Amino acid sequence: MRHTFRETWSGLKRNASMTVAVIVTMTVSLTLFGLSVMTFQEVDRVKGRWYDKIEISVFLCTKDSAGTSQSGNCEPGQDTTDVQRDYIRTRLEQNPDVLEVFYESKEDAYQDYRNTYADSPLLDSLTIEQMQDSFRVKLVDPQNYQGVVAEASSLPGVQNVLDLHEVLDPIFSVLNGLKWGTMGMAVLLLAAAMLQIGNTIRMSAFTRRREIGIMRLVGASNIYIMLPFVLEALFAGVVSTILSAAALLGSYEFLIERNAKVSIQALPWITWTDAWMAVGLVAVVAVVLSIVPTLITTRRYLRV
Amino acid sequence: MITFEDVSKTYSGQTKPALRHINLQIDKGEFVFLVGTSGSGKSTFLRLILREYRPTSGKIFVLGKDLGHLHQWKVPALRRQIGTVFQDFRLLPGKTVYENVAFGLQVLGRPTSQIRQIVPETIDLVGLSGKEDRQPEELSGGEQQRVAIARAIVNRPKILIADEPTGNLDPQTSVGIMKLLDRINKRDTTVIMATHDQTIVDQMRKRVLELDQGNLVRDQVRGVYGTA
Repeated sequence: MRHTFRETWSGLKRNASMTVAVIVTMTVSLTLFGLSVMTFQEVDRVKGRWYDKIEISVFLCTKDSAGTSQSGNCEPGQDTTDVQRDYIRTRLEQNPDVLEVFYESKEDAYQDYRNTYADSPLLDSLTIEQMQDSFRVKLVDPQNYQGVVAEASSLPGVQNVLDLHEVLDPIFSVLNGLKWGTMGMAVLLLAAAMLQIGNTIRMSAFTRRREIGIMRLVGASNIYIMLPFVLEALFAGVVSTILSAAALLGSYEFLIERNAKVSIQALPWITWTDAWMAVGLVAVVAVVLSIVPTLITTRRYLRV
Repeated sequence: MITFEDVSKTYSGQTKPALRHINLQIDKGEFVFLVGTSGSGKSTFLRLILREYRPTSGKIFVLGKDLGHLHQWKVPALRRQIGTVFQDFRLLPGKTVYENVAFGLQVLGRPTSQIRQIVPETIDLVGLSGKEDRQPEELSGGEQQRVAIARAIVNRPKILIADEPTGNLDPQTSVGIMKLLDRINKRDTTVIMATHDQTIVDQMRKRVLELDQGNLVRDQVRGVYGTA
């Protein structure tokens, strides 16, 4: 065992500059990887919160709505009749994708608006008559909305069907692009780090090829021969993990905990548990990243 | 102890076999010379015993193990029972005589207390007492070869393979090395020695195996170097 540690240490010293280069590359790529993991967690969290709340709003006709480009299935100059209203409710409630149907009258909508935008200067000029009656539809599965939207749009007395997916999907496609983009860059950098580790260990094995040859000759076990190299790579991996864990937890503390959570309270934010989970993943990747190329490159020197 | 059954070896990418249909047996405690011109297959023969290569056809048994079916990870265990000495000594520069010999035990994970006892005994056996702290490059060729022999036998192997051990040494030094190998052989270690040195083979009168272009052309008890 003492021999193993001595060999590991002398290998690290001999390749000091390469070891530093490996640690820098690994730290940067692991940090980027961790950030991308945290982006994934955040996007999922936001998605979960918003998608669960998504309702479909089915707006009914008013006297003014006909004759515009948004007239839908309205008769010109007519409100939706009570018969149409009941028919719409029945059809919506019978749809298997629908969980619940609420009715929101003009008056409810007016109150709701007043409460939400209490300070708005527009409020004084707003009248009840400008609001619209609507049905709010909750879905069994929020992802499965197209059928309900299509059916509601075809019913007489429906002016417009608004579904939040139309609004949210572009936002999420940007967020998705962001998370896959960072992940892609992280993976590229990780691959570069892997090659660099492979090269460093190859050099280290090359300088010790005489010893390795004699070890094989006298029958030292493969594990015994390989262990110093594995430890050498693992050392770089552990140091990089510590550095990138510090960077990740630090950016979580300063960006999310002290900033985002205070200034943007409307959004759900990832927690310390998520941050530590990202660090855990980084550690796993670091270990795999240092051991796999070492095993591959030293195999050549161990072939008997 | 070592059995070859119809062994042939052709290296990949070559059409001419390095060894052709070799059949022989070497028993415990024998001293065997392996002679033949360069390229006759001597090195291939030794490397097959060490399981550096597998035979293309035929079977090799060493110490009761069928090398054709020996698992890759069991090869180190086989090598621990076979000591090896080369023409170029293969000592580690920067390590003393003692450290070079001890290296053979250290890498097998032997306890230090055992190493401290066995290494001086072995150095004494090869006649280098008092030179434990020298560096290999301070020693003469013959002395360096003695260090290499000490490293090869420090683990008490059952077989000692020597590939041209006197190839770099003058005749007088060679005689000393041969006396040492003979002494090791008398401790019940089977010795197989590849050599070009006619004088040595003729003087020792041991079993001689002669290879010619991969064929075993002679297997003679108490033989001489060349056929008269």
